[in-house]
Amino acid sequence: MSSTLSPQPVRARTARHGILSLGLSRIGFEIKLYFRSTDTVFFTFLFPFIMLGIFTAAFSAQGNIGTNPDGSGGISVGAYYLPGMLAAGMLLSGLQNLAIDIAGEKGDGTLKRLGGTPLSPLSYFIGKIGQVLVTGILQAVLLLIVARFVFNIALPTDPEKWLTFAWVFLLGVITCAFLGIALSALPRSGRSASAVVIPIVLVLQFISGVYLQFNALPEWMQNIAGLFPLKWMAQGMRAVFLPETFAAQEQNGAWELGLVALALLIWLVVGLVGSRLSFRWIRKDA
Amino acid sequence: MTTSTPAVRVARLSKSYGDFDAVSDISFDIMPGETFALLGPNGAGKSSTIEILEGYRDRSEGDITVLGVDPQHGGLDWKARIGIVLQSSGESGNATVVEQLRHFAGLYPNPRPVDEVIAAVGLEAKAKTRIHKLSGGQQRRVDVALGIIGRPELLFLDEPTTGFDPEARHQFWDLIRSLKAEGTTILLTTHNLDEAAELSDRAGIIVGGQLIDIGAIGELGGPAARTPMVRWRDASGARHETRTDSPARLVAELAADAGGEPAELQVIRPSLEDIYLGLVRRHAATTSNPENAEVLA
Repeated sequence: MSSTLSPQPVRARTARHGILSLGLSRIGFEIKLYFRSTDTVFFTFLFPFIMLGIFTAAFSAQGNIGTNPDGSGGISVGAYYLPGMLAAGMLLSGLQNLAIDIAGEKGDGTLKRLGGTPLSPLSYFIGKIGQVLVTGILQAVLLLIVARFVFNIALPTDPEKWLTFAWVFLLGVITCAFLGIALSALPRSGRSASAVVIPIVLVLQFISGVYLQFNALPEWMQNIAGLFPLKWMAQGMRAVFLPETFAAQEQNGAWELGLVALALLIWLVVGLVGSRLSFRWIRKDA
Repeated sequence: MTTSTPAVRVARLSKSYGDFDAVSDISFDIMPGETFALLGPNGAGKSSTIEILEGYRDRSEGDITVLGVDPQHGGLDWKARIGIVLQSSGESGNATVVEQLRHFAGLYPNPRPVDEVIAAVGLEAKAKTRIHKLSGGQQRRVDVALGIIGRPELLFLDEPTTGFDPEARHQFWDLIRSLKAEGTTILLTTHNLDEAAELSDRAGIIVGGQLIDIGAIGELGGPAARTPMVRWRDASGARHETRTDSPARLVAELAADAGGEPAELQVIRPSLEDIYLGLVRRHAATTSNPENAEVLA
């Protein structure tokens, strides 16, 4: 340890960095740490791939889904589950990832340390949302590539479908990110975060048409699922990736993209307000 | 009469958590460029005080300015001027030392060069190691590095050398001296009284939430507390212990009387630790036994 530090340069203190530029500098740092966390890579990033593989392997023998009485038509099990896995990926990359990540950072002192620096909470949020967007998009693109080239699932060719995909994905993943920030206030310690967050995420996936065929669920369960955002993200994704004939199997016999947008916007507002109200660098005493 | 205003001004600060008064009616100033130590037993209120000054906690009563700003309303520009080394960090630390420092340097308007700070805390060999793989003492050095990377005018050090080996501690002291030489104002808490004596200009002692003494390091406890003590054994084998302001004269007399070297002769000047322990014990005695307060005071 050499104890020599160069003295203060003879110049006035330069201006503090802007909130946006610090936020952008956080994104790269956050993404780097995301991919260094084995837990996150496995349970958030790779999980939809694993589940798609398991479902395809487990149920392919039962034949196609939605075949006509004469045995024609229908789609493979993988093709049927792909929209659900994309929706699950959005939920995991946004809500599960941030709720556990931020609760952990609160628990281990990272937030307290950042709270003592000239970093605005807004820049911190930009870093987190950016991390979710980049990792979520990467996950979705890889999932689509795997679906197309490993599971041989035909993808839509109609640009209008991809436009729907883009807005459902972006709106859904950003909504989930803010809900994750809000939910991070719930666990009482960083260590209990997974135990609090994962059951919520798991139950939502079961009732919202990710693991189980949504049209096979009892109506009361469909109605409960309709109160939460995942159902709407899955429905939006089905509208993109399933043939038009499958619209008849939806709860109201249509894709209802307007309702998808409305439900996600309402949850986005809930997430924004919840994040704004609950976020603290540290748990302040009374 | 000084022309400069205090870097830290604490007037009648109190902090209570429910019924518990963690800090009661504490006042002190820290002048620019000064190193001030807050000493006291665990749970005495040091960390509450320092966290209020850092802006982490709200006070219950009193007036405070830190670099001219009320820390309860300290904005980002204010935070850019202070550096904080928290008492403990348990960060999972998936970033390497150099990545973490580079990132934090980017948060400040006028940071120190990263390589220079890494060298100053002696982590050159570990620069590319992930922080969670470092030893406790090495992680503590990263904490110190993060505290000074922003070139703070005022540095808070809450038990900074916990887990340091003796060599690292002495190197840390050199680092703090170079920060002092640069004019950095420092507020230090430590349980290591040698450290307080080495580094600080003045110190305050907090016990049970109250400031029981404050003053220059060489004057804490008053003149009586630092009266040297002479110990020896006389020809008959009896032990003697005398406090005197002129130990050299006493020793000379003893030597003359004994006609040679007095047996087991010691001249002891109370260390800061002796004085500190005396003050804390005396305070404990007065608070547990209020009738004696006047006698002991």
